[in-house]
Amino acid sequence: MSLMYRPTAAQQMKVVVGVKRVVDYSVKIRVKDNKVQTDNVKMSVNPFCEIALEEAVRLKEKKIATEVIAVTVGVKKADDVLRTAMALGCDKAIHIVVPDAEAATLEPLAVAKVLAKLHEELKPDLWILGKQAVDGDFGSTPQLLAGLIDAPQGTFASEIAVADGKVKVTREIDAGRQVVELNLPAVVAADLRLNQPRFPNLQSIMKARKKPVDTRAIDKLGVDTKPHLATVKVEEPAARKAGIKVKTVEELFDKLRNEAKVL
Amino acid sequence: MSTRALGKALVIAETLEGKLVPATLAAITAAAKVGPVTAFASGKDAAAAAEQLSKVAGVQQVLVASGAAVSSGLPEELAPVVKSVVETNGITHVFAATSAFSKNVIPRVAAKFDAMPICDITAVQGEDTFVRHAYAGNVVATVKSADAVKFATVRGTSFERAAATGGSAPIAAVAEGGAASGKSKWLEDLIAKSDKPDLATAATVVAGGRGLKSGENFKLLEALAAPLKAAVGATRAVVDAGYCPNDMQVGQTGKTIAPTLYIGAGISGAIQHIAGMKESKVIAVINTDADAPFFQVADYGLVGDLFEAVPALTKLVKG
Repeated sequence: MSLMYRPTAAQQMKVVVGVKRVVDYSVKIRVKDNKVQTDNVKMSVNPFCEIALEEAVRLKEKKIATEVIAVTVGVKKADDVLRTAMALGCDKAIHIVVPDAEAATLEPLAVAKVLAKLHEELKPDLWILGKQAVDGDFGSTPQLLAGLIDAPQGTFASEIAVADGKVKVTREIDAGRQVVELNLPAVVAADLRLNQPRFPNLQSIMKARKKPVDTRAIDKLGVDTKPHLATVKVEEPAARKAGIKVKTVEELFDKLRNEAKVL
Repeated sequence: MSTRALGKALVIAETLEGKLVPATLAAITAAAKVGPVTAFASGKDAAAAAEQLSKVAGVQQVLVASGAAVSSGLPEELAPVVKSVVETNGITHVFAATSAFSKNVIPRVAAKFDAMPICDITAVQGEDTFVRHAYAGNVVATVKSADAVKFATVRGTSFERAAATGGSAPIAAVAEGGAASGKSKWLEDLIAKSDKPDLATAATVVAGGRGLKSGENFKLLEALAAPLKAAVGATRAVVDAGYCPNDMQVGQTGKTIAPTLYIGAGISGAIQHIAGMKESKVIAVINTDADAPFFQVADYGLVGDLFEAVPALTKLVKG
């Protein structure tokens, strides 16, 4: 090995992307007999995780990231999302396998603990997660991970720029946007407008099928993943009373003013 | 409720341009259901917030963190201060109104207490039982927490706002532990300055979607909104298309609103948009497509061209 070439830490940026397999966002989920009906529904990569993956791949294309690793914590079938991740350009994939029965109650806190454990092992410079999974809608995993590893966090990210061991994050906040600068290692939570994810092409999908996935059982990690919340009840929201169609604007105005009395 | 069941709640307050956001008053109502309420003010408007909080009915004590490190609301600096407040004051529940700010801070602090945050609660059923929504509002879940210190963000439209007067709580400064950690730096806020009604709290909201066809056309909605003193909202699609800034987005991943009157024009009614406005008291929908899913949640539906209907409605409203 040549002594002339010694890569500096700055040239070896490692990015890890958290990816979740969820019920497809277009599915109208039903609840029956105190159970969310998820059998046989269409499953997909969580839309915000797609955005996270895209951002990591772009960092690699810009030669800012030298290695991109995709991680999923989920049931056996969740390896689908890792195949997609590798088809998009991730170098490696890690699947922390959760038994089906346990998966239903796996909480963001537990996932964050698993990712925190991987942080010790992988020592990435940057974590990119989706801001929210469209099933649970907790929107907490990135912040929980950041809290556990005591790393700075850039949530609701609509733009990121990595330079000199830091990442500048433009965040979407309620009144507009905010720009913060975070020391690496940091955790970024991808929001909708961070990028427009690409579709993997067929050739990459075929190639990804043959790539190895580092598969590990969740109970071998030495992490406490038991749920802290017990679900007492699940039900569908109360249906709204059926409305009516009006034929003209005049009728609409009349109803809103004189019937509903809101105008 | 026996005294044994009472916890001690902390509400992390939020301000906008020096004034307490109304949703914080709703969070105080939610918090009061589990026990006496301590309000926590921080950031550059901490002193002003503390003054207002001390007058809110139901607030027993106000704590203020006004140091430089927490003045920009950075979660890396705020989390250790909140942790210390919780430990020093025997706090059992930490609440904050759901917002970009609270979603940034609450889970980070929860992690320090090995607690699973309960996000966007819509009801409190006991000191350990809360209701929240999942799957874009299609699942209502009642959950029971086993955590010693519980963390929750509170949906501002689900609880009555505590009265802004009637209280007289003492204000005390908290120990803030010195200099900032330096792991993060606030650079700037790019806030759209507006004298228009706030989308999160306006009694009437006029919203537009792809049917508007351009950002220019939102002028039609603004013309209707003005005499109604309404706020103008938008779907994710038009924000993505650049017609509107992100602070106007209503939906599963944007703002959740519950105005007395919601008028939606040129919006098809995707599940994700409905999730953000279905608790509106009265919903009126204008769309050229009679089969648009949005009509299913409308109290009044007009199948028609918004480019004619909206100006016509504006004329009627102005009398």
